[in-house]
Parts: sequence; structure tokens; C-alpha cells
Amino acid sequence: MNLDIRAFEFGQAAVSRDPVLEIDHVSKRFHVAGRVVQALADISLAVEDGAFVAIVGASGCGKSTLLRLILGLDTDYEGEIRLDGQRVRRPGLDRGMVFQDHRLLPWLTVEGNVAVALRRSRLSSAEKKRLVAEHLELVGLSGFARAWPAQLSGGMSQRVAIARALVNRPRFLLLDEPLGALDALTRLRLQDELARIVRHERSTAILVTHDVDEAVFLADRVVVLRPNPGRIARVVDVTLGARRDRSDPAFVLLRDEVLDLLGVRDRISGPQPSIRGTQQNE
Amino acid sequence: MSGFSLSAPVLNRIGPKLSPRLRPVVLGAILPVGLLIGWQAIVSAKLAPSYMVPSPADVVLRLQMEFYGGTFWLDVGSSLSRVLRGFAIGSAFGLAAGLALGLSRIAEGLFGPLFMAYRQVALFAWVPLLSMWFGGGETGKLAFVSLSAFAPVVVNTWRASRAIPEKLRELAAVLTFGRLDYLWLIALPGALPGIVTGLRTALIYAWIATVGAELFLDIAPGLGGRLNEGRDKFEVDLMLVALLLLAGLGMVFSRAAAFAESWLLRWRTR
Repeated sequence: MNLDIRAFEFGQAAVSRDPVLEIDHVSKRFHVAGRVVQALADISLAVEDGAFVAIVGASGCGKSTLLRLILGLDTDYEGEIRLDGQRVRRPGLDRGMVFQDHRLLPWLTVEGNVAVALRRSRLSSAEKKRLVAEHLELVGLSGFARAWPAQLSGGMSQRVAIARALVNRPRFLLLDEPLGALDALTRLRLQDELARIVRHERSTAILVTHDVDEAVFLADRVVVLRPNPGRIARVVDVTLGARRDRSDPAFVLLRDEVLDLLGVRDRISGPQPSIRGTQQNE
Repeated sequence: MSGFSLSAPVLNRIGPKLSPRLRPVVLGAILPVGLLIGWQAIVSAKLAPSYMVPSPADVVLRLQMEFYGGTFWLDVGSSLSRVLRGFAIGSAFGLAAGLALGLSRIAEGLFGPLFMAYRQVALFAWVPLLSMWFGGGETGKLAFVSLSAFAPVVVNTWRASRAIPEKLRELAAVLTFGRLDYLWLIALPGALPGIVTGLRTALIYAWIATVGAELFLDIAPGLGGRLNEGRDKFEVDLMLVALLLLAGLGMVFSRAAAFAESWLLRWRTR
């Protein structure tokens, strides 16, 4: 957790655990209507096993692009992305993905949608069945196994998508603004669930979001991206415990720090005095 | 999904005392019953000679006669067998061709223009050529019915499978699907609404083509053949009976197709 980028760049082993995901000087350009757009510029990041890393930034800073590169959907970039030291060349079942839109297949039932992720796995069908049931249980949808996606609410659909991403027991869980399309209440509830689920599965999680509260609430580390071109502004370690309170002064401080880095600080209520006030009340 | 529907307020004005389920039935029956009464009136008033316009009772009598003493079971069976076999052959080839055109850019580039050119030729323009190649017998008829079912399935399957969203292709990549997985789990069900539309159209075309083949190719058992016979023997009642049966069977097909559609696409609504 205290491994920072500089340490990685100089090749020093700053922590006992080796990084399982290494993003090594990655730059990515797009050709849009005859012009070259630099989406990512010299991104380097090392993620160790079991970490929960959030990537925040304004829209257009290339954070979703970075996920696509980690997934292996796009291999046309400079630099290198390695999983366990191996360069990423294509998608694999070691990486589970949750998209912003739930992207369920409307012609399959809830359990069918979870089971598609096991299509390429070599497990026996009994074992697959058990895994599907177990993961539906994990996201609290056991009673809806036979429902069609059209019958589900947005939050329920996203839970199914999370179950689908996890059913392979992937080492990496990649989340591309997974709660971005949900209403505020559902989002809060699912943030709690996501924290519980990821802890339960012990996957290494990479969360892309523009919701700073969400990032600080869920992650051990928040990577702040700046746009044009997308580059890392700073990596903020979240030193809060496993149980986080969104109104805890330490939480608010961290959130403000990240918002500061994103350049949207002014919209947040006055910093120090209000925090002191809260502390005095306790 | 029965083709047409009326908004509730209009229906309410028509028969406020009828149950909502019965109302469309009553409404739909008004014109046929009216036609029947008008027909009977023409006959009763002797406005037309009876060999040109037989009475409704005569037609019913002829229908009974044909089924009990005649060959109508064989005729109806032959026509049904032709339409179903032709439909099955034509739509199987159509489905394969449509999926190839929609899912492979190479296949689309190769066969697309040829298929568009083929579409410009009216269906019945194939009859002379097909009868030369396959003869006017059962093979020629089947070839024509199959060909007529082919095109609508191709067009709709092509369009629908081409329109599979990029996002689902991405999902397939993330789930490391192979080509068969993609076809079976995403392309085929994703294109299913279009495919079903194509199949329903194909069924109508095949039914039309069946009667066309029976009218224009060699005489054989079948409702189209009986129409020819009615004209040759100047038996208007026989022709009317055949027409009524064609309409009735067509309605049964379309109902069955609507039922199949709502079952196949049951995931869409509710």
C-alpha cells in the first residue's frame, strides 16, 4: 500500500509483496477525424495483490481507456501492461469486468447471464451451477435466478453484472463506473455491498469512477488523473480502516484532498473549521 | 401482436355492455357478417345468375361435399405439405445466408451485391426458369416455394445480425467467447426479433408461392389446382370454397406465427 510510483520507477522493492499489475510508461493515442488525440501520457502504476485502487478524473481523462488496455481489448499503445510479469495481449478470465451499463444479455435469465461467464471455464456443470448460485447469493439475488433482465431495476441489473464478473473467481476485478448510472440512494447502498463483496472475494480491484466519495469510500489508493493528455496527478493513499464512515472528519479531509487535486475544491464547504467543529461535538 | 389493435376509448363507445375480451371479436365480425348478408341479398334478389354467384348455402354444401366425398383432405394436405417443406428449406438457407452476410464483412462484400440484384427480380419471373430446370412437378413447385421463403429471411436476418451492438461484441471479447459462443449466445438471440419478422414474412410468401405454383405449374392435388379446376369446369362454388380455405389456413398460419413469436421473444416484455 505504501509502494508509490517513484519507488516502482526506480525498480526498488518498496514492499514485501511484488506488484501483480504493472502499468509501465503507457501512452495511448487515438486518431479522431484526422487528428491525433493523446488519451494517456506516460502512465505508470503498480498494484499489489489484493489492493483496491480507484482511478478518478474528469470525463475525457482516459480512465476508461486505461481499463480497456488492462482488459486487453486494445493492445495498440506504447509502454507495457503486465499481469504477474506477463504482458497483456488479450482479454482473459483472470480479469472480471463490470461496465457502466450492466450489459446483461436480455434473452438470458439472471442465472443464465451469470453462467455465460463460465462458458469458457473447464469446470464441471455441477460446479458451474454451484458457483452461479453462490454468486447470486453473494449479490443478494437468489430469489431472482429465473427472472429476465427486463424485469429488474437498474440496481439489481448491476448486481447481476457484478456476479457475472466475479463468478470466475478472477484475480482482477475491473469496474468501469459501475454505479454511475444508478440513482443516489441505490448507489450508496451498492457501494456498501461492493466493499463487502470485494473483501469477500479477495480480488484485486481497479475502480474507475468520477465520484470522489465513492473512490475514497472503497479504495486503498486513489489515483488522480488529469486530462489532456490523461496523466497521473498524484496517488493518494487512503489510510482509513475497513469500516468507513462518509462523515468521518478523516474521510472528509481525504475527499477534499482529492477534490483539490481535481481542481474542484471551491464547491466544497469550508475545510478546517467545520471539521474541527465536528470533532468537538463528539 | 395480432396485427391490428384499437385504442380502448374507441372500443368503449362501440359496445359499452360487452366484455373487453368480446368487443374486438364483435367488431371484427361486423364486416364479414355484413358481406354475407349482402351476398345472400344479391342471390335472393336474383341480381346475378346463380352460376356466377352461387348462394352461401350452396358454397357450404359444396364444402361439405368436397370434404366428405371429394378430395379436399388430399388437396389441403398437399398444399400444407408444400408450404411447410418449402418454408423449411427456404428459411434454413435464408438464415444461414443472412447470418453470413450480417456477421462477416467478407461474405457481405462477396454476396451482398449479388443478392441485391436477385432481389430486383420479381418472384414469379423465376417460374419459367425453375420449371425448365426442375420440371413442373413436385420438385419445381418446391423449388419455387423455397425460393420465395428465402429472400425475406435473408434480408431481415442480415439487417438484424449486422446491428448487434458493438458493446455486446466487447462483452463477448471480455468473456473470451469463441466464434460459436458468440453466434449462439449473442448474434443469434440478438438478431432473433429480426429473424422472426423475416420468418413470418417468409411464411406468407411461401403460402402465396404455393398457390402460385399450383396455379401455374403442372396439375397436382392442392388448393390452387382446385381453383384451376373450378375455372375450367365453370364451378364458381368450388372456387369460392378454395378461396375461403386459403384465407382460413393463412389466418391459422399467422396466428401460429404470432404465438411462436411471443414465445421466442418472451424475454422482451413483461
